[in-house]
Amino acid sequence: MYTRKNQRDLTRTEKRRLVDAILKLKRSGRYDEFVVMHREYYVMDTENRPRPAHMTSSFFPWHRRYLLEFERALQAVDPGVSVPYWDWTKDRSTTSSLWAEDFLGGNGRAGDRRVTTGPFAYATGNWSVGRGVTDQNWLTRNFGRPGNNPVSLPTADDVARALKDPVYDTEPWNSISTEGFRNRIEGWGIHRVRTVGNHNRVHQWVGGPMAGAASPEDPVFWLHHSFIDLLWDRWRKAHPKAAYLPGRKPASPGRDRAYVFGLDDPMPPWNVTPRKLLDHSKIYRYA
Amino acid sequence: MPQLTRRRALGATATVVTGLVLTGFARTAGASSEPRTADPKHNAEHKGHAGHAGHEGPQPFSETYRGRRIEGAPSHGDGHHGGYAVQIDGEELHVMQNADSTWVSVINHYETFATPRAVARAAVIELQGSELVPLT
Repeated sequence: MYTRKNQRDLTRTEKRRLVDAILKLKRSGRYDEFVVMHREYYVMDTENRPRPAHMTSSFFPWHRRYLLEFERALQAVDPGVSVPYWDWTKDRSTTSSLWAEDFLGGNGRAGDRRVTTGPFAYATGNWSVGRGVTDQNWLTRNFGRPGNNPVSLPTADDVARALKDPVYDTEPWNSISTEGFRNRIEGWGIHRVRTVGNHNRVHQWVGGPMAGAASPEDPVFWLHHSFIDLLWDRWRKAHPKAAYLPGRKPASPGRDRAYVFGLDDPMPPWNVTPRKLLDHSKIYRYA
Repeated sequence: MPQLTRRRALGATATVVTGLVLTGFARTAGASSEPRTADPKHNAEHKGHAGHAGHEGPQPFSETYRGRRIEGAPSHGDGHHGGYAVQIDGEELHVMQNADSTWVSVINHYETFATPRAVARAAVIELQGSELVPLT
């Protein structure tokens, strides 16, 4: 049993140990395996193949397991570290300690958006990106995407609205589920209904690889998803009688039957069911 | 999973576009990122298909946008009819269509666009001059 802390509460030493563990995973090649896995599980809701990770009910349990795998890899390097969370409803500034020189480094510079501060700046020689997507090997960020089409971070109200929804997920269990906690947090824009929100919006706000399919190229990915995982906890506490849905794969012979993961359907690549991931209280807790 | 090529995934897209959730959503739908996605010419071409569950995807396009060559055309890979392929300077940009008929790409994964051309333009902006690597 260990604790996942709010990133703002980390001590200087905790930050250093976490950064060192991430850099060691990178050096060993293990980190990039996580990047590639996320890219491979980029499956849209119009594709004919299993879709456990995004645009689907199992968005929360799949990412819980994915984070656990990453955290285990970190702990194999340094047993004292865990994945902190970034509460972007509170730490909203581009100069938050999250983005400081001793932690994740800051925004990309004007011009080419290259991150030039902190341990993940390209010039350190310790961090290169681009696996399978572009030939550009330095980490970039573009906070808020200033210009014609800027993005703001979601607010506490946005999150509160999602947490109020008493239903976990609704048909058709994909990116156009207008009701339900899952898609309100995952945050798919739905034509004529709503724009991109919460989880998706944060990816957009950071910019660079975080806006694309290889988003774990930026270590903030893990802190973002740690908070998303915590929000699932908060929703379950707010609605103790509400269940993960769908309980079973849809009964109709529609395509969703093959592509939606019910409570007891093993999810690739680990073949673990959503049910097994509902309760993490024996593994970690949030502080 | 790693064996599954992107080309194949792309080809698979079309099958699902037929019918189902598309009813009620115009194929020319606007997207969450209206300012970057507006494409009146393209939309005009497709007025006739609104609500008609699509056997026909968006039309081909080819243009220079911010100094990059962007092209899109229906593709017919893998025995699936339909599908759509987009290139930037000759390298494939992996694009796919959502249930509300909007599009995303590997570069802009977390937002949706009305058309493949809008996805390509958004990727050009995001790429800042860097090249896509060939898909495997």
